[in-house]
Amino acid sequence: MAGPLVAPPAAVRRPGGGDPLLTRARVADVIPFSWVDGPGNRYVVFVQGCSFDCVACHNPETIAPRTPGGRVATVGDLLTDLRPAAPYLAGVTVSGGEATGQWHFVRDLFRGVRADGELSRLTTFVDSNGNALPRVWDRLLPVTDGFMIDLKALDPEVHRRLTGRGNDLVLDSIRHLHGAGKLHEVRLLLVPGYNDSPDQLARTAEWLADLDPALRVVVIGFRQHGVRPEYAGVPEATADLLAGWRAGLEAAGLSGVVTV
Amino acid sequence: MELNELRAQTRDLIEDPTLTFRQRMHRLATLAENALEPPQVSAACAEALEKRVVCDMFEGNAPHRPRYLLPDFAKLLREGSTFLELGPARDLDEALTHLLIAYSQTPSITGYPVWLGDVDTLLAPYVDDVSDEELHRRLRLFWISVDRMFPDAFTHANLGPDDNRVARTVLRLERELLQVVPNLTLKVDADRTPDSLVRDGVETVFACGKPHFVNHSMMSGDLSRGYGVVSCYNSLPAGGGSHTLVRLNLREVALRHDGDRRGFLEELLPHYVELTAELMEARIRHLVERSGFFDHSWLATDGLLHLDRYTAMFGIYGLAEATSIVLEHEGIEARYGHDQVADDLAHEIVEAVSRLVADRPMPYCEGTGGRALLHSQSGIDSDIGVTAGTRIPVGDEPGLLRHLQAVTPNHRLFPAGVSDILAFDETARRNPDAVVDVIRGAFRTGMRDMTFNLDSNDFIRITGYLVRKSDLAKIEHGARHDSTFLGAGAVEQMHVDQRTPKRIIAHEMGG
Repeated sequence: MAGPLVAPPAAVRRPGGGDPLLTRARVADVIPFSWVDGPGNRYVVFVQGCSFDCVACHNPETIAPRTPGGRVATVGDLLTDLRPAAPYLAGVTVSGGEATGQWHFVRDLFRGVRADGELSRLTTFVDSNGNALPRVWDRLLPVTDGFMIDLKALDPEVHRRLTGRGNDLVLDSIRHLHGAGKLHEVRLLLVPGYNDSPDQLARTAEWLADLDPALRVVVIGFRQHGVRPEYAGVPEATADLLAGWRAGLEAAGLSGVVTV
Repeated sequence: MELNELRAQTRDLIEDPTLTFRQRMHRLATLAENALEPPQVSAACAEALEKRVVCDMFEGNAPHRPRYLLPDFAKLLREGSTFLELGPARDLDEALTHLLIAYSQTPSITGYPVWLGDVDTLLAPYVDDVSDEELHRRLRLFWISVDRMFPDAFTHANLGPDDNRVARTVLRLERELLQVVPNLTLKVDADRTPDSLVRDGVETVFACGKPHFVNHSMMSGDLSRGYGVVSCYNSLPAGGGSHTLVRLNLREVALRHDGDRRGFLEELLPHYVELTAELMEARIRHLVERSGFFDHSWLATDGLLHLDRYTAMFGIYGLAEATSIVLEHEGIEARYGHDQVADDLAHEIVEAVSRLVADRPMPYCEGTGGRALLHSQSGIDSDIGVTAGTRIPVGDEPGLLRHLQAVTPNHRLFPAGVSDILAFDETARRNPDAVVDVIRGAFRTGMRDMTFNLDSNDFIRITGYLVRKSDLAKIEHGARHDSTFLGAGAVEQMHVDQRTPKRIIAHEMGG
């Protein structure tokens, strides 16, 4: 697994020195229409490789930086692929894996979308675990309309148990993107027995409300679907748990809470 | 029919405990009509009809009322009716009463009105001084009356393309009442219809499978003097309608084919298009010249229905099967909706039929330049092993984008309507804006009609009309809506309940 990536691995450096259409990415999957990756109907690129190793990961095959037979695509390839879908789309999202792990690619893809007369009406979104340095965000901010950031846990130790890493960077990222006016939503994935205690609810609610009471907060319940066998014993989140978190977040003054 | 056979069938109807009085009367009348000889046609045409290559939709042997009527209800409200002894409608109560009265006196093949008009536009002049609450109360009673008085899912109301309080209230009522009737279409215009109204429509689909969405800009281009969407997504000239709907089974035509596609497109297809047109012409002449409907109907004498705004519908179905069969003769195994070579041939077939229909004069079709209008016919309950209209076969539908790409090029060729039904899974409910995006995109790229199904409500779409699953479950005890009987047959025979839900990815990846 890669760490917080500022310098990309060789595979994603631009060959040919400069044409952004040639910037390459290791891609896990591409879907023309998604209804769960940001506002409206979106074309989504799931890049390969993630800096976290989450207990609750639904797509563990996308964690490794590369896979045998893994696909590499250029910005130009993806623009060609998304063009027929464009009339039906609200925008493009890069998810993962971890999008910021290949930020050169994300930046050049979004530049390509914005520079193209047919595509420029599409919005550009990043779905991220938040584990990236401010300078990475600063490269993406000029070409990105919204960021959707996961907050796996407010407590650093719980965060470490869930993801294998601490959350300093994640909290900084949320504040940084909010300050830039482009934090579209924060996502809380509730994993029973890990991050669902009343104490964590209270502190998370307070922290988010303190940041912005109008922030869109999406509460998602953990599901076993896709999860690796060693975590088969982790119970799924109940509807009651989600409702309790929603009530707790709203009681703290947050007005934009959504449960999924 | 032999007299004894007629008597036996009459007896069966009279003693069938599952029929309501009105359903029984309608069937008895059909039986009497079918005791007559059908309009004269050539031996070749009669044989094509008998073998069901050409299908008359079981309209009856002696056409004495048009299949589809789209009366000018605005004129009724504005000027009243001599026949109905009604003056101009002066307020909302009078307008609603006028409409119910006129609907009750409007015939069709089913005996119930197929078009209730542009309901929001009709009522707009009467609602300025009516509060939201009062508007909701009165429209609710009106909407309940329509379902109870005209229990037929082909009865169809239109809304849009402009946003207004009546349209919003009707959509809200649809979500609250969950009625089978009326079927509903929202006219969507790229410039005039706001996203919020389309989204309101989408959220109504989640509740009850309605409305259907129609590309207003495209329809207005094809039927510039005004149009309505009636029955199962048939778009027709307002103030007129369609005398008849006769359809050609492309699968049956293809089964008679041998050799390469040229023979199919240049010989076989023209032959059967002409036989279909011949049957249409015979039926139209009977209706207009022999039954004299347009001479004596109150709708014509009161000026609400005009023969010169009439057309006739030339329907086709079984395109998917025809395409595969013709390709098989060329040694190619391919399926419409999955293989480009099949999509291309399918389009070529539709274009060929379209040209032939446009070249064939049709009497009493001055509403559309003396020609019939092409229609992608969405099926009837007796269809087995043949796909409705120009749809991709039920259960074999590809991903949503591919589905749209396969069917869209055909839409412009069907001015009288085409319905491709898209089944969505539950993630749509959380993101209605995404469905709005798909509708906007579809209309931007040349789709004419859009219909969505969701598995999780009580409604199931049969051909274009809706039945409630809860009504189907008790069909052996009869049904208040006549169309539910047809729906029961379709579910049994056509597996329309097995459309592949469009699985828009339901879990975020990684993260």
